[in-house]
Amino acid sequence: MTYDVPVAPGESAELEERFETEREAWPMWEVFVRARRGISHVHIGSLHAADAETALQNARDVYTRRGEGVSVWVVPSEEIHAFEPEDAVDYVDANEKVYRHATAYDIPDEVGHM
Amino acid sequence: MSLPKVDTPEAALVGHADDNLVLAHRLGEWISKAPELELDIALGNFALDHLGVARALYQHVGTAEGKTEGEYAMSRTDRDFRNLLLVEQPNGDFAETIVRQFFVDSYQLQLWPDLAGSDDDVVAGIAAKAFKEAQYHHRFSHGWMLRMAGGTEESRQRAQSALDHLWRFTGEIFEGDAAIYRDGWDGLVDVMLGETGLTKPEDPYQKSGGRVGYHTEHLGYLLTEMQWMQRTYPGLEW
Repeated sequence: MTYDVPVAPGESAELEERFETEREAWPMWEVFVRARRGISHVHIGSLHAADAETALQNARDVYTRRGEGVSVWVVPSEEIHAFEPEDAVDYVDANEKVYRHATAYDIPDEVGHM
Repeated sequence: MSLPKVDTPEAALVGHADDNLVLAHRLGEWISKAPELELDIALGNFALDHLGVARALYQHVGTAEGKTEGEYAMSRTDRDFRNLLLVEQPNGDFAETIVRQFFVDSYQLQLWPDLAGSDDDVVAGIAAKAFKEAQYHHRFSHGWMLRMAGGTEESRQRAQSALDHLWRFTGEIFEGDAAIYRDGWDGLVDVMLGETGLTKPEDPYQKSGGRVGYHTEHLGYLLTEMQWMQRTYPGLEW
């Protein structure tokens, strides 16, 4: 089934092309919010916006509808760098590294409690 | 039926409540249809802000006049509504909605601080809270005026067209006692025009009548939609 998509002059009628252009104009941002009684910012979701100011405004509209007195951070999604999930196996393996903990060592009684 | 008095403080408050109720309905029409998801939520939030102000004012006037907020919203005909003609205009495209919002926000930034000084504590409280919301709305609508004017050729044309089309409904805002808000409103509009380079419409023709119940044809359709459930099933409750 086809139907006519209303197209502005200079725009493409192809849905994929239009979507890509709009997404480039409005990149994705990650939103972190600290509640009034919280002690740290928590990742709460993402949204699209053209710049930092509108990202902040959109974050306030989308993610703080029911609570005031919050601190909001927005970060372009591409600026968030993270390990891939498969890297985590080598990266965090603390249970097998007992020698990193003080309890793995005997301390002479004369030293007392450290 | 005879027209209710228009020069009482209660009538003025009903007019402000009607402004916000009708505008809330118009903004609500954008739900699921806004250009972006974030704008859908923003316009919905603003609709709820305006609805909250309307409800608070109806409840307050209602205690003096012995009516419920529902009666004000659902049982009056267009001749009894006292809203500005500006807020009942159809949404049009996004530019028209933004220009309408900008005009209303600039007006409410004058109105609410004034009412926040009212001898009536309830009205003062409502106005103080509404003023904070108006500041937030104005930041949004003013920002979008800048973006539309500075965006593409099409967005700029649409912004100018919206200005030209809605200008004729702005004079009514300052009728009667509201004349004191004119300078403040002009100031905000001039700042926006200076920043955007859009031109102030020169046509001096201004429509009027909303404050005394003479509305454009659009209000009839709006009320039909808004009041249909209550009128079809009187006394219906969720």
